[in-house]
Amino acid sequence: MNNLLSLITFLPLLGAAVLLILLRGNDEMAQRNAKWIAMGVTVATFLVSLVMLSEFDPGNPDFQMVDQYDWIAGLTYKMGVDGISILFVMLTTLLMPIVIGASWKVEHRVKEYMIAFLLLETLMIGVFCALDLMLFYVFFEAGLIPMFLIIGIWGGKERVYASFKFFLYTLFGSVLMLVAMIYMWTQAGTTDIPTLMQFDFSSAPLDLMGWQIAGGAQMLLFLAFFASFAVKMPMWPVHTWLPDAHVQAPTAGSVVLAAILLKMGGYGFLRFSLPMFPVASFMMQDFIFFLSVAAIILTSLIALMQEDMKKLIAYSSIAHMGFVTMGIFAFNKQGLDGAIFQMISHGFVSGALFLGVGIIYDRMHTRQIEAYGGLVIRMPVYALFFMLFTMANVGLPGTSGFIGEFLTLVGAFQANTWVAAGATTGVILSAAYALWLYRRVVFGDLVKESLKTITDMSMREKSLMVPLLFATILLGVMPGLVLDLIGPSVNALMDNFNAATAHLIDATAVVAH
Amino acid sequence: MLSNDIYVILPELVIVGVAIAALMFGVYSRREQGGNVLTFMALFFVGMGFWVAYRPPVGDTAFDGMFINDGFARFAKVAILWSGAAVLLLARPYLTRLKLLKYEFPVLVALATVGMMMMVSAGDMIALYMGLELQSLALYVIAAFNRDSLKSSEAGLKYFVLGALSSGLLLYGASLVYGFAGTTGFAGISQVITDNGMSMGILFGLVFMAAGIAFKVSAAPFHMWTPDVYEGSPTPVTAFFASAPKVAAMVMLTRLLYDAFGDAMHDWRQLLAILSLASMFIGAVAAIGQTNIKRLMAYSSIGHMGFALMGLAAGNQMGVQYMLIYMSIYVTTNIGVFAFILNMERDGQPVTDIKALGQLSKIQPGRALALAVLMFSLAGIPPLVGFFAKFYVLSAAVDAGLTWLAVAGVIASVIGAFYYLRIVYLMYFGEDADTLNGRMPMLHMAFLGVSAAIMVLGIVNMFGIEGMAASAAASLLN
Repeated sequence: MNNLLSLITFLPLLGAAVLLILLRGNDEMAQRNAKWIAMGVTVATFLVSLVMLSEFDPGNPDFQMVDQYDWIAGLTYKMGVDGISILFVMLTTLLMPIVIGASWKVEHRVKEYMIAFLLLETLMIGVFCALDLMLFYVFFEAGLIPMFLIIGIWGGKERVYASFKFFLYTLFGSVLMLVAMIYMWTQAGTTDIPTLMQFDFSSAPLDLMGWQIAGGAQMLLFLAFFASFAVKMPMWPVHTWLPDAHVQAPTAGSVVLAAILLKMGGYGFLRFSLPMFPVASFMMQDFIFFLSVAAIILTSLIALMQEDMKKLIAYSSIAHMGFVTMGIFAFNKQGLDGAIFQMISHGFVSGALFLGVGIIYDRMHTRQIEAYGGLVIRMPVYALFFMLFTMANVGLPGTSGFIGEFLTLVGAFQANTWVAAGATTGVILSAAYALWLYRRVVFGDLVKESLKTITDMSMREKSLMVPLLFATILLGVMPGLVLDLIGPSVNALMDNFNAATAHLIDATAVVAH
Repeated sequence: MLSNDIYVILPELVIVGVAIAALMFGVYSRREQGGNVLTFMALFFVGMGFWVAYRPPVGDTAFDGMFINDGFARFAKVAILWSGAAVLLLARPYLTRLKLLKYEFPVLVALATVGMMMMVSAGDMIALYMGLELQSLALYVIAAFNRDSLKSSEAGLKYFVLGALSSGLLLYGASLVYGFAGTTGFAGISQVITDNGMSMGILFGLVFMAAGIAFKVSAAPFHMWTPDVYEGSPTPVTAFFASAPKVAAMVMLTRLLYDAFGDAMHDWRQLLAILSLASMFIGAVAAIGQTNIKRLMAYSSIGHMGFALMGLAAGNQMGVQYMLIYMSIYVTTNIGVFAFILNMERDGQPVTDIKALGQLSKIQPGRALALAVLMFSLAGIPPLVGFFAKFYVLSAAVDAGLTWLAVAGVIASVIGAFYYLRIVYLMYFGEDADTLNGRMPMLHMAFLGVSAAIMVLGIVNMFGIEGMAASAAASLLN
């Protein structure tokens, strides 16, 4: 029993409280202090999370560093990490200093801005550490408040529409999950996630108002959770809030959204849907495969036609998340490994791409692709960085993007050849839209008058990109760093899943013969 | 044992005595004593709350079961007294500005409070009606307290006419129950139902009584008076309507259903589920179009009563406990919100249009932040206490097999979240509006700030209210 995880989780909150209570005034001095305090707190959080990483035993598939107290209403405050969640915690703590650094040019309500981001960091880390259903829900939902304010206050022209859509869409997805969680509590008598992962929810067919529900209670619970995670992920066709939110959010908001918030959906599938509702997950495999492939192909095609850079990357995110859901629901080790790897990789890559858009947006105040062209002439360093991340987004071998896509495709191939074949076209399409974007923005002649004085990346901007690039390449050439860490937890997850669905596989095998 | 009976109802008698003394003092005093009487009454309520909470046990019933003073009643009485005190303290600056600070106001509030304390303790239909009417008549008068205002007079009249109608329904139901059960005592009715089963007459009586009380808690479809009365009444009176009387009526309904009709639970649970469903949706949907913050809060209170009724509809001890917690949290939030609304003014004139909140966070960041916290809490967004209030009643409902109602409730809460969010949106990124320039008295600031702080800090341990509500609920069911 130690409090390391609680420390990591609430350190940013403490920073936010310090800013809220102690920092007065709104002059330049106060603004600078706010930025430096936020930076200091996020860096400190990252350093503490490194301690956590060093104390973590990768050979142990159980939850580690568990921290538990009694809480209200018979719930418990319980935190802990396993091989899967520790990665997401590290992703969050690593990205937050970069996010704060990306916000250095913010001048409007700096103090509130930093408070919102610090608050968000606490909530995001909390989501990945929570080992109590309701604690998870609280962290999961509470993130809506700071994100609503971030989009609303510091967003673009259509920010009101985007912020409401973001909030209500995701809230609607989640409240059904809340009822499902309460139902699970009444059934299992506990809200402890490790216990629930072993609990066998009834999958006997159920009659609901004349409808025969195959998979029974498990299916209904699965669908309720699915509503939440699919919206968060976001899966086609409930993805429409994401492009709006991305386009209107400030750069740092987009980075957080793409790099971390979207991962909560995938994490939810791994933590809840597969271990707790294995039978229902198994039954829904084809449905999820269909949605995933549809997402990969359709949103890639949509991305091709975008004129707004942020929107293009937003749609490409949806396509990449399609690979994640496909990998998870392949129900084999490669698929799950690939899905987790893809999420981590996408965290770095999409974060960097949004930063890249932010860098030129700060200079030109437009995100329209047609407003650019020939940037390589004035911004060679930027062109280099942007190219590397574009390649990672496409999934070039040697970058982390390749490992994730490849493993999910291998996983899907074993489960369903056609699905893998369909998804592979997504790889081609992603090359098409990403390279075309790169060509239109960076190559060509520098003819636009306004671009002739554009300056290359500053020291600050380079220092934000370098760690992301480092991580992308490192994971691309040494995927074992991640795969070894998640291995035991993924194996444990697979074993449980296979045991729970063995009778179904036998049944299908008998029918097939 | 008359003397023992008197001792049990001593707090009520003391308040009546003080109210009459304050009335005499006001009448015979040479100067207008409204302010002093009001402050005195508020402090007196606070003290009475402590007395009711901590006085040594005096026996649970008096007057042959007509008056019940169990833990359940005491919990409600403390909530009523303290929320009444808070509203009185909040009222003073506002009433002073509008030159409405008359000594009758605190006296009427005191009498209404006695009525409410009677309601929550009633163990007999006669006692119940007596308490209800004492409360209602005082409330009709203070609704119309700003008699020079057309809207206030209208509010008073509307409230009176519809209130009289609902009292009529209640009386009709009570007389049916009396006719078929042969007694007005809750215990007697319960005995008759246990022995002879539920007769059609008693069922009819139950439905009429529930409808009458639904008027008082402003549960849909008996909510029509609420927006108009909330809008028309002077704002402190609205704040009062939104707090103590709601608790009293809800608690009275609970006691009636459990003590008198406990064996007919199967019948009234459906009734409450429908009331709850209708209230949650009407509260959520109808508020979307409102631009007047008082009307908005009226619909908000309808929606919240729907959630509280969901706890009751669960029909078990957990449901009662969680209903009590829900009401306590709701009242706490509302007092904070009304502390804010009371100070919405421009150049000395009260403003109720929510557009006036535009970009408030730039001018008054502290006030805006506190209100934003309260709004998120009312919307039921975690990690604020308002979420846990909803979580409690939802879990009671799911536990009792009312999963469909819980699903409907969360959907309604998403719809309702829209208008709470709109207030946050206006304050933080809405269009600039003519500035609200009222200065907020320190006391109001404190109420607003403390209320918001409770919404944030309460998640640690709910300030121990869980245990109190649990023992209160246990005392009702045993």
